[in-house]
Amino acid sequence: MSVSGKSVIKRLDWFSVLLYIALVFIGWLNIYSATVTEDTANIFNFSALHGKQLSFIIASGIAIVLLLAIEANFYERFSGLLYLVSMVLLLGIYPFGKTINGATSWYNLGFFNLQPSELAKVATALALAKYLSDIRTDIKRPKDQLYALGILLIPVILIVPQPDPGSALVFFAMSFVIFREGLPLYYLGIATTLLVIFILTLIYGTLWVLIILALLLVLFLLLKKPSFKVPVIPLSFVFVATILFSFSVSFIYNSVFEQRHRDRFSLWLRLEKDPRKLNEILRTIGYNTYQSEKAIESGGFFGKGFLEGTRTKGNFVPEQHTDYIFSTVGEEWGFLGTSTVVILFTALLLRLVYLAERQKNPFSRMYGYGVISILLVHYFINIGMVIGILPTIGIPLPFFSYGGSGLLFFTALLFIFLKLDANRLKELF
Amino acid sequence: MRKFLLAAIILVIGITFIARLSYLQIFSFSPNQVMEDPAIKAIYDYPERGYIFDRKGELLVANQPAYDVMVIPREVQSLDTLEFCSLLGIDKKTFKSQLAKARVYSPRLPSVLVPQLSKKDYARLQEKMRRFQGFYIQKRSLRYYDTDSGANVLGYIAEVNARDLQNNPQYIAGELIGRTGIEKQYEHILRGHKGVKYIQKDRFNRDIGPYKDGLLDTLPTQGREITVTLDKALQEYGEKLMVGKRGGIAALEPSTGEILALISGPTYDPSLLIGRDRSRNYSKLHYDSIAKPTWDRSILAEPSPGSPFKIINALIALQEGVITPATTIPCYNGFYVGNKKRGCHCGGGMRDLNVGTFKSCNAYFAVAFRKIYDKYKTTAEGMDVWEEHVKSFGLGTYLGYDLPTGRPGRVPSKEYYDRVYGKNRWASSYIISNSIGQGEIATTPIQLANMTAAIANKGHYYTPHILKEIEGEPIDFPEYTTPKHTTIDKKHFDGVVQAMADVYEHGTARWLQVRDITMAGKTGTVENFTRIDGVRTQLTDHSVFIAFAPVENPKIAIAVYIENGYFGSRYAGHIASLMIEKYIKGEITRTDLEKRMLEKTLEAEYAKPYSGQPFKINERVW
Repeated sequence: MSVSGKSVIKRLDWFSVLLYIALVFIGWLNIYSATVTEDTANIFNFSALHGKQLSFIIASGIAIVLLLAIEANFYERFSGLLYLVSMVLLLGIYPFGKTINGATSWYNLGFFNLQPSELAKVATALALAKYLSDIRTDIKRPKDQLYALGILLIPVILIVPQPDPGSALVFFAMSFVIFREGLPLYYLGIATTLLVIFILTLIYGTLWVLIILALLLVLFLLLKKPSFKVPVIPLSFVFVATILFSFSVSFIYNSVFEQRHRDRFSLWLRLEKDPRKLNEILRTIGYNTYQSEKAIESGGFFGKGFLEGTRTKGNFVPEQHTDYIFSTVGEEWGFLGTSTVVILFTALLLRLVYLAERQKNPFSRMYGYGVISILLVHYFINIGMVIGILPTIGIPLPFFSYGGSGLLFFTALLFIFLKLDANRLKELF
Repeated sequence: MRKFLLAAIILVIGITFIARLSYLQIFSFSPNQVMEDPAIKAIYDYPERGYIFDRKGELLVANQPAYDVMVIPREVQSLDTLEFCSLLGIDKKTFKSQLAKARVYSPRLPSVLVPQLSKKDYARLQEKMRRFQGFYIQKRSLRYYDTDSGANVLGYIAEVNARDLQNNPQYIAGELIGRTGIEKQYEHILRGHKGVKYIQKDRFNRDIGPYKDGLLDTLPTQGREITVTLDKALQEYGEKLMVGKRGGIAALEPSTGEILALISGPTYDPSLLIGRDRSRNYSKLHYDSIAKPTWDRSILAEPSPGSPFKIINALIALQEGVITPATTIPCYNGFYVGNKKRGCHCGGGMRDLNVGTFKSCNAYFAVAFRKIYDKYKTTAEGMDVWEEHVKSFGLGTYLGYDLPTGRPGRVPSKEYYDRVYGKNRWASSYIISNSIGQGEIATTPIQLANMTAAIANKGHYYTPHILKEIEGEPIDFPEYTTPKHTTIDKKHFDGVVQAMADVYEHGTARWLQVRDITMAGKTGTVENFTRIDGVRTQLTDHSVFIAFAPVENPKIAIAVYIENGYFGSRYAGHIASLMIEKYIKGEITRTDLEKRMLEKTLEAEYAKPYSGQPFKINERVW
């Protein structure tokens, strides 16, 4: 038991911790720059946004100590309960929640607003890991596959009406964990194919998608080995399903979606060909993206310097300290800054993959994958949106964006995993 | 395989992000950030435009403040509209509509409510301004003219247009630029350099402080003042004389080429083109297509020179050796071209250079002209020689003076006649009218004045110019200080100058004599035609006069051209003699003549072609 005797401090993965600290620090600097005015220049001004964030960073530090102090198997043992509690909290939003910016996603606790969907992310990751690591679960069985998906779908169903489509998306991302644990990969293949058909249908219309499909089919039949026996029935089934899907996409897009949804897609995929209308979209719902792209672009290679971002100072990018914080990095720190942040995130995520893969305990590994999925989808959608390659989906950048609830739960998410990792050798026996 | 899927996705996302970011920040990045940044506004500090002084240091053009009443609609609070309107001198309806317009433009940004208040209105308003929230007064600088003359030569300034912006990137919309005359020509000296202050703005376009604490800001440099060669008194006097007449006057100092006066009639008060009524006044002037007050006749009108051009033909004939001052030519009250007789007013008899000139004998000069051509084998060859001599007096060229407009006039060449009549289809008889300054030759008043200066200098002239000093430093441009020599030898001038002096002493201009001033001149009476309803109709002759004085030491060379003023000494000659007297003596002794010249107008003459009635020309009215 020589390993287990050492303190958790020694066994903690300090590389991840350093990356975490770097991201939080850089994030805070940019929040400071995005929100500071001459009256609030003091960094310890706790009535200003940057001061509040600083207090949340300190609170996160305390949380880290607590999380590391708690017995590691607590998380596994109480994951079910935690999941239940968070689902109840999500449900309780509807009668008791507080509405901010049109979304009822918060409980007002006086000193800060608790966002139960953040808690649900941690709880769901734990619960999913718990279920999948159960010795009785066999992910190859369709029934177990359904259960696993059910764990993810319950919070989605509870969150979508808030409405908070961004968070709902995060739970879908956790299906990575199920894949890692053996869900056949063709599910992923099907999902990807559907996504491609979805986008192609929007851009080129159903007819062209059918033509492309037919061409692919002909190509396949011509190039196949003569000995290969064509599975006629499954193939024609797939073919028909694809056609139906393509039709349903245009139906849903044109009849079910509201104009504001369509506008986002038109903007993202540049579907609107009329320059006057496109301009109108750019000016209204595309305004955020346009301003953030321009702010990032104006930073150039070296950036304008800390506190020198003119568009940041002029508040040209709305929500810059929350979802659009990355544009501040782009304007003030330039390409050097943005690429550093991307590299830091990539390094952290890869490090977590490495840590997850070295877990002997399946629960820890699966939870690790849950953490990675959540962080990755936040990072991907947020930065993708800010730099204009993804449609606008309101979702914060982990460790970076202003927001106490978010920072605390991202910290919890990460440090529970680091605690599990620190404990990996101890648990063996 | 499954182990690496997530890692691969993470890497692909990272690479995609870096690629997109390098596209945005490295390839799309424009280094001209400060100017394009919507968060930075450049506020310009405009320098005062340079003053313009005349050759004696008299002020011509300066600046005056004007006061725009500005409004920020959002900050407007309830006010006594009636009192405010009466202070501003506008009615309530205008006030309301202006305010509504400003609100449409932007509730947060200042708009002009009432432009260009006068000093007097401003003084009344200033006291009470603090009571009206949301309004303030912004000072701006306008040109101030310390003279009511010289509008065309001084020029005016106007807001830059799209073409100016394209050609001069240093200007921005709304700035002023010299549009005509001296203001345009010496824009670069007069305007100075604007200073700039960069202001950080927020997304509502409100100021939130200096950008980079003013590190990039610059101070304006004042425009430089210039002294021009014009003589304010002479210019003003000339314009007074031109009231009611159309035509142009150019006066030069022969010894330097300095332009003493450039007068065009009709003209207008330059102050009309500043202030609140500028636009209305400009339209009125610009669309007066009959009197054309904005058309500077002193440098743009190209009538035939008439008899003054005989002097040039005499000089060419002398230079070519086809006549001597003593050569006599008979005048039969006219002369024959082929078997067609052309008339002459000189009275007939034997004419030599002197008599031919002071009596302005058409026959003498027609024969002398033909002799030039007869010296050469072909008319074309003679034409080349003649053309070269004429052009050496600066005729047929833009002269190169420092004003932004001008006309070259016309010196017909053999190519010209080939084009008009066909190759080898013309002969000396076709061009004989040029001998007396009619026909195809055309000159502007400033060219005639310059030609007179060349005669006064006996064979050379200095390029006419209008800039004398910059900030008190005399200019020293070689193009204005190097004499240009004519092709005529100096010795030939003596006889001609004597003949011109005799024009004044006892010739066609003997009515113009001024005590104590010797003068050499030449009258001209130019036939001219117009088309009325497609019919070529002759109008009353143009009155032309050139002169320089004093003969021995010429101080002024002048050319006066009065449209439809009848014979040369009548209007042009009198005006020229008055101007010479004014310039040399500083005062007028012949007050009767002066009074008559000031009072007589030719408006009745100018109305004739437009009356629709048949009319008489060349009437003796006085």
